[in-house]
Amino acid sequence: MDINTLRGLITLATMVCFLGVAWWAFSGRNKRRFEQDALLPFADEAGDAPLPKESQQ
Amino acid sequence: MGESAEATTQYNLRVVRQFTIMTVVWGVVGMLVGVIIAAQLAWPQLNFDLPWISYGRLRPLHTNAVIFAFGGCALMGTSFYVVQRTCQARLFSDALASFVFWGWQLIIVSAAITLPLGFTTSKEYAELEWPIDIAIAVVWITYAVVYFGTIARRRTPHIYVANWFYGAFIIAVALLHVVNNLEVPAGPLKSYSIYAGAIDAMVQWWYGHNAVGFFLTAGFLGMMYYFVPKQSGRPVYSYRLSIVHFWALIAVYMWAGPHHLHYTALPDWAQTLGAVFSVILFAPSWGGMINGMMTLSGAWQKLRSDPVLRFMVVALSFYGMSTFEGPMMAIKTVNALSHYTDWTIGHVHSGALGWVAMMTIGALYSLIPRLYGLRQMHSPRLVMLHFWFASLGVVFYVASMWIAGVMQGLMWRAVNEDGTLTYTFVQSLEATWPYYVGRLIGGLLFFTGMLTMAYNVYRTIRGSRTTSAQAAGTA
Repeated sequence: MDINTLRGLITLATMVCFLGVAWWAFSGRNKRRFEQDALLPFADEAGDAPLPKESQQ
Repeated sequence: MGESAEATTQYNLRVVRQFTIMTVVWGVVGMLVGVIIAAQLAWPQLNFDLPWISYGRLRPLHTNAVIFAFGGCALMGTSFYVVQRTCQARLFSDALASFVFWGWQLIIVSAAITLPLGFTTSKEYAELEWPIDIAIAVVWITYAVVYFGTIARRRTPHIYVANWFYGAFIIAVALLHVVNNLEVPAGPLKSYSIYAGAIDAMVQWWYGHNAVGFFLTAGFLGMMYYFVPKQSGRPVYSYRLSIVHFWALIAVYMWAGPHHLHYTALPDWAQTLGAVFSVILFAPSWGGMINGMMTLSGAWQKLRSDPVLRFMVVALSFYGMSTFEGPMMAIKTVNALSHYTDWTIGHVHSGALGWVAMMTIGALYSLIPRLYGLRQMHSPRLVMLHFWFASLGVVFYVASMWIAGVMQGLMWRAVNEDGTLTYTFVQSLEATWPYYVGRLIGGLLFFTGMLTMAYNVYRTIRGSRTTSAQAAGTA
C-alpha cells in the first residue's frame, strides 16, 4: 500500500474516533452519569474548612 | 460522608504546602528578573557591561523561572492536591512525592546558576544543558509515577476531568522534553543537538509550541476544571463538553508548532499545515473557555465580594482573547506583519500573565486557606488589591506590546517608491522606546501585586500557627 494512502486512512480513523467520543459524550444514555461525575470535586467536602458565608449558598 | 472525612485526614498535604509556598517564592523571583530585563531593554546601561547579568543571559533565566519554577511548582502542587481530593486516595508514595519536590527545586537552582554563567543549548525554553536535562527526565518520570499511581489507587469509579488534563500535561511534557533534548555531550556542560538544520528547527518548535499547549494550557485547564467549580460552588457547566474539549485539544495541539517557522527554510506544506491546525485550535480553546465562563455565570453576584473569583474570570477572559489572537497570528499573511515584532511578546504575556498567572493566583488564594485549615486568607482586602495591581499590570503590558509590535511590523515593511526601505532598524527601535517604558510599568504593577501576595500568604500561614496553638492551649 502507498504510504500516503495509509496516512489518509489514519487521518480518517482519527476523525471517526473523535466523532465517536463526541457521540458517546452527548448521548442521552450517559447524561445522568456525567451529571454525577461533575459533582466529584464536592464529594469529599466534609474535610474542608467552612467556607466564608457568601460562598456557602 | 463520614468515611470520606476520615480519608481527608489521610491526604498528603505536606508536599502540596511545599509546592504552594515555592510557587509564590519563584513567582516573585521570576517576575523580578522579568522587570529587570524589561528595564534593560528600555535602558541598556543597566547591563553594566557584566556578562552574568546581561540581557541575553537573564532572559532565559526569566522564562525558565516563570514557566518551570513558578508554573511548574503551581502545577505539581495543585495536581497532587486535586488528584488526592477527586480520587479520594492518598498520594501513591510520600517518599517519591518528596523526591519530586526536592528534585524540582534542585533543578531550578541549577538553572539559576548555569544560565547566568552562560551555559546554554540555545534552544528556546530548553536552554538547560544535558546533565540538567537528565535530572529533569528522572524527576518528571517520578512525578508521573506518583500521579498515575494515585489515580490507580482511587476510590471513586470515575476519573474527574481535571485529572485528564493534568495527566495529558504530564505525559506530553515527558515526551516533548526527551525528544527535543536528544543531544551529544561535548563536555560536562556542553552538547550538540542530534538534529540538524530545518529538522532541528521543526523539532524545537514542535517542542516549543506544545510546551505552550500542554504545560501552559492543558495543565492550567486541569487547575481551572477543579478550582473554578470549587470556588464558585457549582459543578462545571457541561461535563460532556469538557470531555469533547479534552480530546479535541490534545488531538489538535500537537500539529500547530510549524507556525513559529513561517517564511523560513521549513517546507511550505509544513508551514501551511501548522497554520491550518492553529486555526482549528480556536474551536476547542473557546469550548473550554465558554465552559469555564458558563460555570461562573450562575455566580456573578459573588464577583462583587469574592476577589478570588475575579482572578478566575479575568484568567478565562484572557484565555479566550489569547486563543483568538494566536490562531489569527498563525495565518501566514498576518504573521508576515507580526513575526519578529513585540506583538509576539504581547501575545505571549496576554497568555502567560493574563491566563496562566491569574488562574494560578486565583487557585492559590482558593487553596491556601484550605491547606492550613482556615476560612479565608489573612487579608481579603489585600487579595482585592492584588487583583487590581495584576489586572492593570497585564493591560499596561499587553497594550504597550501590541502598539509597539504593529508599529514595528508596519515600519519594517514600509518601502519608498524606488523600492528602498523607508525606515532603518534603529528608527523603529527609537519609535519603540516609549512602549518599552510602558511595558516596564505594566511589569512593575504585576510584580507589586505578587509582593502583596507573598506578604498575605506569609501572614496567613503564620496566623494559622497561632490559631492552632491557641486551640491546643484551650483544649
